[in-house]
Amino acid sequence: MANKPIEQQPGIKGWIEYRLPIFSFLNNSLGSGYPTPRNLNYWWNFGSIAGICLVMQILTGLFLAMHYTANSGLAFDSVEGIMRNVNYGWLMRYAHAVGASMFFVVVYIHIFRGLYYGSYKAPRELLWWFGIVILLLMMATAFMGYVLPWGQMSFWGATVITNLFSAIPGVGESIVHWLWGGFSVDNPTLNRFYALHFLLPFVIVGVVILHIWALHQHGSNNPLGIDVKTPQDVIPFHPYYTVKDAFGFGVFFLIFGWFVFFAPNSLGDPDNYIPANPMVTPAHIVPEWYFLPFYAILRSMPDIGIPFTSIVFVNSKLAGVIGMFGSIIIFFFLPWIDRSKVRAATFRPVYRVMFWLFLIDCVILGYIGSQPPEGTLITIGRFALTYYFAHFIVLWFISKNEKTLPLPESINKSVLECCAHDHHH
Amino acid sequence: MKKLSLLVAASLIALSAAAYAESDEPLPPRKMSWAFDGVLGTVDKPAAQRGFQIYKEVCSACHSLNRIAFRNLTDLGFSEAEVKALAATYDIQDGPNDDGAMYTRPGKPSDYFPAPYPNENAARSVNHGAAPPDLSLIIKARNGGGNYVYSLLTGFATPPSDVHLADNQYYNPYIAGHRLAMPPPLTDSRVTYTDGTNATLDQEARDVVNFLQWAAEPEMEARKEMGIKALIFLAIFTVFMYIAKRNIWRKLH
Repeated sequence: MANKPIEQQPGIKGWIEYRLPIFSFLNNSLGSGYPTPRNLNYWWNFGSIAGICLVMQILTGLFLAMHYTANSGLAFDSVEGIMRNVNYGWLMRYAHAVGASMFFVVVYIHIFRGLYYGSYKAPRELLWWFGIVILLLMMATAFMGYVLPWGQMSFWGATVITNLFSAIPGVGESIVHWLWGGFSVDNPTLNRFYALHFLLPFVIVGVVILHIWALHQHGSNNPLGIDVKTPQDVIPFHPYYTVKDAFGFGVFFLIFGWFVFFAPNSLGDPDNYIPANPMVTPAHIVPEWYFLPFYAILRSMPDIGIPFTSIVFVNSKLAGVIGMFGSIIIFFFLPWIDRSKVRAATFRPVYRVMFWLFLIDCVILGYIGSQPPEGTLITIGRFALTYYFAHFIVLWFISKNEKTLPLPESINKSVLECCAHDHHH
Repeated sequence: MKKLSLLVAASLIALSAAAYAESDEPLPPRKMSWAFDGVLGTVDKPAAQRGFQIYKEVCSACHSLNRIAFRNLTDLGFSEAEVKALAATYDIQDGPNDDGAMYTRPGKPSDYFPAPYPNENAARSVNHGAAPPDLSLIIKARNGGGNYVYSLLTGFATPPSDVHLADNQYYNPYIAGHRLAMPPPLTDSRVTYTDGTNATLDQEARDVVNFLQWAAEPEMEARKEMGIKALIFLAIFTVFMYIAKRNIWRKLH
């Protein structure tokens, strides 16, 4: 930090800026003072869209909270009260419920963009870590939010997922009772989930700030995965990316709006319009679509022991829990599992194939998670589960001496070459 | 030709019905076309009014409609006077009064439809152990929605020889397990429509679905109307942003 004396500029803006440099802060974050690679493609729109999703969830959630009652005897009725008797309550609730799904779609695309272009690699490891923490917080928030309407899927989903902790040897049962605040999912569970569901989004906001802070340290990665070298490689964030993001928002809200207004329940389960009933278990307990791949991993794990004997080291339940959490935790290690110096899959023919296979594997796991675990589906599930983790092991081996394609000299040169035909006239 | 295709369709349905009879999986609901379908779908008010008549005269004997107040019926085109008169025909329990006693009084538009049973246990004990579900959300609470309810209401059949029904069970391939505790509620001429419509089973089932669809989503018309406006606005906004993006980025190349 240079000890240059700061001079107050004239006017109100100058007066404020002299005391709190908010204008230069904004300008350096989202304005013309933030240099951004000039070659970002539309896959880079999903970060800002994820941001607006979070804002939407907090705003709609706030209005829902004003009318919702967190009591096991009243919760379902209060949600229907919002739908029927609160002015535009249906809009708030559908925007919130659909918004959760949209948030996950956007964040999953954002993550896979990072996987494809190697955005997790040095020097962006911490940026990547904050992203994983955000995903974990989102999952916890979404899970607890889904419990709040206190429908059949709310209740039984909460029962299944909280029961996972009983797999922990020795203390599992006590932990589950502690989580429930009793001996089953009941009113205390609902109350604490509500409190946490209100709190966690603000924790997410905090981690998002860290995520953006870490992003601004080295700036965005880009489709070529090469570093910014000269001022010709970058353009100011405003107006170039503000206007591109605004266009992205428009497309996103068209899709979002279509679901909210014309198919608000298409992403949900009809069973959640049946009030929670501890005496009646639904035929198929299925989580929301965005948890299905993880649910498949949870259910696909077999007992782990010595084959062809009855010796079991880890029973399938505990193995499932470890597998499910492990499937996300492993991403923390990805920057070191992947040892290639080249970031973008564009220049990594082998990794590019692996990326697509991994994506397909996640989709298969999602399908398996949506189906009852029967017959060949169990085998397919186990195969997909094995592939999921094998991907990382294979990546560790192949990335060391992976054959890559020659990288372009600079971002600027690559952009000019691609668009050279525009310059002939 | 038309007859032939009908025959083929009928035999296909029969075949698939036979295949499904072997398992307990429910038969997929028949795909019907409804006035409330689609982006421009609306409530068919005359149909929903007839459906309400069926709810009042048939369904309400066993099924509650807890989330609908008499006043809501103005959505279906009933006048306020009609709603007031209708509400007054119901006895509503109110109280306690100043002496601490509960009492009954004629219904008001702000009252909700009274349930046929005081509680779930009472409903269960009268209906051979199966409590009839509340109908306010039934369309949203079942896979297939209106198609499912229509299929179920018109889908009662004689059971295949290998299906054995207990007492007070009825065969219906559209429900999981194919056994239903509800006796077939609708038949031809089950009601005499006040608007003179011919009350066939098909007509009655359609009308009930139209009514229950409205009961499940009373906001539907307002929602779709707002949706059209919102999407038109968003489409224009998006086009403008695209043009702005093109213009601003053009300077770069």
